[in-house]
Amino acid sequence: MSALLEVQRVSKRFRGLLALDNISFRIEPGSIFAVIGPNGAGKTTLFNMIAGVLVPDGGAIVLQGQHIEGLRPDEICRRGVARTFQLVRPFPALSVEDNVLIGAMLQLPDVRAARMRAQDVLRQLDLFDKRARIAAELTLPDRKRLEVARALATGPRLLLLDEVMAGLRPAETDRMVSILRDLNRESGLTILLIEHVMRAVMTLAAHVLVLHHGALIAQGSPAAVVREPTVVHSYLGAEAVE
Amino acid sequence: MAAIYVNVAVSGLLTGLVYGLMALGLSVIFGVVRVVNFAHGEMMTIAMYVAIVAFNTLGLDPLVMAVPLAAVLFALGYALQAGLINPFINRPEHSQFILLVALALIIVNVLLIVFGPDARNVQTSYAFDSFALGSLIVDATKLYAAALSLVIAALLFAFFRFAPLGKAIRACADNYTGALVVGLDVKRLYALTFGLGAACVGAAGAVLVLLIDVTPALGPAYTLLAFIIVITGGLGSMPGALLGGVLIGLTEALAGLLFTPSAKSMFSFGLLVLVLLFRPQGLLGKRA
Amino acid sequence: MPRNPLAVLPRRGLMLLAILLAVLCALPWLAGDYVLTVLITILYFAFVGQAWNIMMGFAGQLSLGHAIYVGLGAYTAALLYVHFGIGPWIGMLAAIAIAAACGAAIGFLAFRFGVAGVYFAILTIAFAEFARIGFDHLGFLGGSGGLFLPVANYARNDIWNLRGSPMMFYYVMLVLTAAALVLCHLLLESRTGYYWRAIREDEEAARSLGIDTFRYKMLAVVISAGMTAIAGMFFAFYYNNLFPEQVFHVSRSIELILGPIIGGIGTLFGPIIGAFLMTGLSELMQNLLASFGLDVPGARQVFYGACLLGVVLLLPDGVWPWMAARLGLSRPRA
Repeated sequence: MSALLEVQRVSKRFRGLLALDNISFRIEPGSIFAVIGPNGAGKTTLFNMIAGVLVPDGGAIVLQGQHIEGLRPDEICRRGVARTFQLVRPFPALSVEDNVLIGAMLQLPDVRAARMRAQDVLRQLDLFDKRARIAAELTLPDRKRLEVARALATGPRLLLLDEVMAGLRPAETDRMVSILRDLNRESGLTILLIEHVMRAVMTLAAHVLVLHHGALIAQGSPAAVVREPTVVHSYLGAEAVE
Repeated sequence: MAAIYVNVAVSGLLTGLVYGLMALGLSVIFGVVRVVNFAHGEMMTIAMYVAIVAFNTLGLDPLVMAVPLAAVLFALGYALQAGLINPFINRPEHSQFILLVALALIIVNVLLIVFGPDARNVQTSYAFDSFALGSLIVDATKLYAAALSLVIAALLFAFFRFAPLGKAIRACADNYTGALVVGLDVKRLYALTFGLGAACVGAAGAVLVLLIDVTPALGPAYTLLAFIIVITGGLGSMPGALLGGVLIGLTEALAGLLFTPSAKSMFSFGLLVLVLLFRPQGLLGKRA
Repeated sequence: MPRNPLAVLPRRGLMLLAILLAVLCALPWLAGDYVLTVLITILYFAFVGQAWNIMMGFAGQLSLGHAIYVGLGAYTAALLYVHFGIGPWIGMLAAIAIAAACGAAIGFLAFRFGVAGVYFAILTIAFAEFARIGFDHLGFLGGSGGLFLPVANYARNDIWNLRGSPMMFYYVMLVLTAAALVLCHLLLESRTGYYWRAIREDEEAARSLGIDTFRYKMLAVVISAGMTAIAGMFFAFYYNNLFPEQVFHVSRSIELILGPIIGGIGTLFGPIIGAFLMTGLSELMQNLLASFGLDVPGARQVFYGACLLGVVLLLPDGVWPWMAARLGLSRPRA
């Protein structure tokens, strides 16, 4: 089975700092893939390169056989990669429904059809009842779900989630995890998450990648990765591994 | 033949220093408070008219008026920032623009109502004096104006570099939240900074009446010029404002000589477009 | 089944609109020439404000040099008429093309090179000033002495050449303004309108949803410029004389943004309400001053400045949203 996304020997340098050093991995379609590591490990840099915000200095990023490194963010979205932002950015003055509507319009130029799809997505993300509310008025967990809904409405093959669990209480985290798991199971949506919240990573991800100082130090199933000495030493700490 | 060019260039350079002082005010205001002062030139026009009135009624030389005018404009600027603009810090950008555009509109037209559209100027006793250095002839008024501008600019630099208050203001500019966290009264410092920027404009205005005729319509023209200078020199860079001023002064003077005088500002616009496209941070600016 | 765009407006709103339209249509038979000329001015500012609103209110780009499009449109249409006898409605097409090209140039320069916010505003001012000085020096365009259109007698109404009575101009402007309203409504309700709102709210987030923000910003600028040029054409044929100093001056640019800002940026009816308020109230003020024997040049502008100040401080979203809320017409969408 060919990979949905292949990151091939990607590196990025910021002046003197080597943020990412020769990173390679594959994401199979239909899987949930997590990237973890301490702050400054290069997770966001990697994320931004896949999303088109940054251009790699070396290597390639291939989406189902097509090179996407160096493409603009909007071009990448049109190829089927949607993303959320770490600090959520809903369109504040627009309603919840209109936020998602704008996402849906990528594939459905007709406003009415797009609105119907938006409503479907809102139902999936449990935001249908709040669809008339103004985005700026929502609580953080709701805004996070709105961000996911909006990205989802663009009909992506790959969904990139940037620390989507940050700031959520355990109950809210569980809710988000179950929504994402359902999405993945029902529609086969491939998900790449950057996460610090291990609770979410352990229950969601089938595959985990660990970055540290720009290098890939471990890769594998969550259970395996979490026990690797290098990972424990650099990131988790012995207490985290029960 | 070359002598004409040199004379014009020197004249442009000196005038440019005065422009630089005016633009310095804008640079300080934008660099620290992040306010886009669309009423900058208009504020200067107020100073210019006060200088003219002072000269005509009290016989006070504009060079002497520079200091009291700076003080008056300081108060005006402080009040403006503290009273009107500070509440706008968190509003969308265009709200702030419109606020200042509205003020500019009011200022220009109140001046028009009070003073009428006709040009006014001052005729000092030394208005026609000049100094000769070989084939170089320098207007006394331009020299005094430029010298005073330099002195005031130097004072401002020194203030920001060495005075505790000046350093506090720079801290605010560098890091708003950080400044709050260490207990600086940011709003008061903003008002102070706007006042300082306005003071520059007040002094520049006083000095400029020696060089040009004053009409209310100068307000918008000088606002635009100040922006061109500051963008060219580098928004947020104080030396950049002076450099930009000199550059624009030179360009205008030489363009006026080589082409028709009325077309000289077109070159400034051309320069602006080039800077915006290819080096938006300006010649000496730091922010990318 | 195509969706009925009128279904979006609340019923009460549609009724009020219909009544207003009926009154405006009947007005020339009820009012004198003076009121008619004031209304022509109001409708002109409503139209041009609507055009500016597309760039600012819909796409979030602040243009403070919009007079350049009025000027380009006016001069293009006037020159074609004066030198080649081409009627204004054909000339208008050329006017739109030229203004749109200018807008595209400014937009391209700005958006390709990341010139935004205050820098974009300054850029637009500089371009308008450039045009003002440039046209002043171009003798064959009339230069600073002005370009004059041959004035025909007002008794005959010639719509094709736009020579005629104030009533004719009134109806022309009314139709144009109504058409502008309909166009803006259709744009707002289309995907383009939604994408514009997304870009205005958060450009980077918009890009992450697949929106080619460069393309849509350019579209806003080009449509706005082209529409403004139509107003320019009207300006030329109504006033019959063009002076660069007047037409391209920064105060023209400021004048035409008063309506939308006071009425409400980004709203459909804001520019219209704003134009009515601004021109209407300032006329009243002028008449009031005149009745005291005062002729104060500059008073009108001070009034405008004060209104702008008032709106920005007290009703930042504009008068129309406030009014609409009071009339029970508001919807949650911005």
